[in-house]
Amino acid sequence: MTWSDLQNKMSSQGYVASDDLSVALHLSVSLERPILLEGAAGVGKTDVARVLATIRETQLIRLQCYEGLDAAQAIYEWNYQRQLLSIRAAAEDGQTGASVEDRIFSEDFLLQRPLLAAIRQEKAPVLLIDEIDRADEEFEAYLLELLADFQVTIPELGTIKAVTKPIVVLTANGTRDLSDALRRRCLYTYVDYPDRIAELAILNSRCPDVSAKLSRQIVGFVQKLRSEELEKVPGIAETLDFAAALMGLGVGDLTQDPVLLQAALTTLLKTQVDQANVTTEVAQRLAGRAA
Amino acid sequence: MSRVTLFAARDPGPAARMSGFLAHLRQNGLRLGVAETELALIALTHVNAALPNQTRRALKAVCTGCKDEADRFDDLFDSFWLNGGKVTQKVVPGPSQTRSDNVHSSRNREGQTGGGDAGQASAPDASSGEAESDGIGKLIATDVVNFLKKDLREIVNSSDIAEAEAIARRLGAALKDRRSRRRREARKGDKIHFRKIIRHSLATGGEPLRLSKKWRPDRTRKIAALCDVSGSMSIYSKVFLAFLAGLMRADPYTDAYLFHTRLVRITEALRDKDALRAVARMSLMADGFAGGSKIGRSIRNFANTYAKRFVNSRTVVLILSDGYDTDPPFEMSNALAQLKKRGCKVIWLNPLKGWRDYTATSRGMVAALPYIDFFSAANTLADLDRLEQELVRL
Repeated sequence: MTWSDLQNKMSSQGYVASDDLSVALHLSVSLERPILLEGAAGVGKTDVARVLATIRETQLIRLQCYEGLDAAQAIYEWNYQRQLLSIRAAAEDGQTGASVEDRIFSEDFLLQRPLLAAIRQEKAPVLLIDEIDRADEEFEAYLLELLADFQVTIPELGTIKAVTKPIVVLTANGTRDLSDALRRRCLYTYVDYPDRIAELAILNSRCPDVSAKLSRQIVGFVQKLRSEELEKVPGIAETLDFAAALMGLGVGDLTQDPVLLQAALTTLLKTQVDQANVTTEVAQRLAGRAA
Repeated sequence: MSRVTLFAARDPGPAARMSGFLAHLRQNGLRLGVAETELALIALTHVNAALPNQTRRALKAVCTGCKDEADRFDDLFDSFWLNGGKVTQKVVPGPSQTRSDNVHSSRNREGQTGGGDAGQASAPDASSGEAESDGIGKLIATDVVNFLKKDLREIVNSSDIAEAEAIARRLGAALKDRRSRRRREARKGDKIHFRKIIRHSLATGGEPLRLSKKWRPDRTRKIAALCDVSGSMSIYSKVFLAFLAGLMRADPYTDAYLFHTRLVRITEALRDKDALRAVARMSLMADGFAGGSKIGRSIRNFANTYAKRFVNSRTVVLILSDGYDTDPPFEMSNALAQLKKRGCKVIWLNPLKGWRDYTATSRGMVAALPYIDFFSAANTLADLDRLEQELVRL
């Protein structure tokens, strides 16, 4: 499969990927390297993993990172309750400590978390590690072993090697700088807001009901809006919501009804300051230029 | 007309070219190892390497690691592979290359003149504007720009950096140590968290299995420093750049930026282990150094981009500037108002304030004053040292 095949397959699944992104994804799949996607919120980083899983007809295993995420929730944990019951039961049967210990630190008492589960699948899954920059720096260190060698070391059991190598997609939107060690192990692509043509293609593939004229207006409007000074710049998901809202309100032309346009803007502007800044006049001016 | 670089006949082959390219990237501040060279070669077998754009995309995915690098990569790629037929000195790995690798280290500064040229001939990151608009080619244009540019290596020496580092460390400590009195659960703690242990033990039938601990959480204050390197500031920049270098090296969470007519993030460059090399890399970034100043626009640019990621209510924004702005003053007040909305503290260090009878009369400064939490003089390292007590009170 070449990178343009991948690009075509992704677009048939409704994901319009830029050339940069397609080449990087293609390399990530063929070199079995993790890929790190950075970019603002709402440019479709997480969707890449979902689409990739659909194309390869495999499972998507997702790990959402957050502050305080630790190995027990991400890699594996011992099932303490079962171990305890087992110890109590063994004590009543009069078993010796050594045999009990062997038993309670076996596979049966191991709880798999996403990262361990991902390397033990029969068919290579897509592993999405979402918003890695939210996790603590220590957690990055846990990831290194997995990303470089696709193995997990459990002190009581030994090293578990990957049955199949998952396709690893990491996303980050820059709440903090990631460590060099992590970046070195990944391929990297910065996902930007799509340009006018790409966004039009996305809108057409996701909302085919929108008329050609309106979709051009919508994309033009959103592109213009992004260059305004906003606290929260609308992403692609917001564009799609906006299109759906306009369809629902029965708007056929952006310049047609200022009140309805202003009402639909709630799908694009997500802070009070932004809503106050984009007044009816501003919205009309943008719509007029987008037309 | 093909712009593809023509390589010499003695060129040993693609592997050597690739290591030449990686060396070129390394010299321009990308942190790459031997493994990346290998990976880059393997990556090219998976795309059509005869097409420049596919090669560019593939190498971009392999060789870059953050947005700054990705933005600069295209220029670096062009200057090496699409050089209008010219070959840079570093294409064939040889003795000249090993020498130029050592150039930026403090141990081998004698070799700097020869090697420094080699580094700059292929350093398009310092010349985004001028070099590209020149139709003749990058090599010539970049050289001219370099003559106009002051080399920061000359105005900063290692003892200055050591002194500034000591001051910066104390300053950083003064700002940072704001630990809460209330203890919260933590993985590593000094006290046992009984309530958590009892609560967790319910799940295991009353047997406490996990020992929870608690610790006073760190309320770290981060510093984001913006340093003016415009013409009017040039006599003070020695002090300030040493201070920034020290600040960065003392505290890994500090962010540093330079601005003159535009804003450049220098955090990555200053984090280099070798202090002199860090300053050398900074000098590459400060193109337009000692030029005009657009303070308001630079601060607004900061507030709109980097501040969204790095500035919050626990950040102290340190602006090192004389306040002589070529933009209208409302730019400055708007920008600072926007920055203050993020809840940060703004400290403005103005070298002119050290003068006798100084009053903030420049229009930019007057516009800025209402938004500044602390306004102080800073002419020498000693002035910066005295800041410590003031900052604790903030």
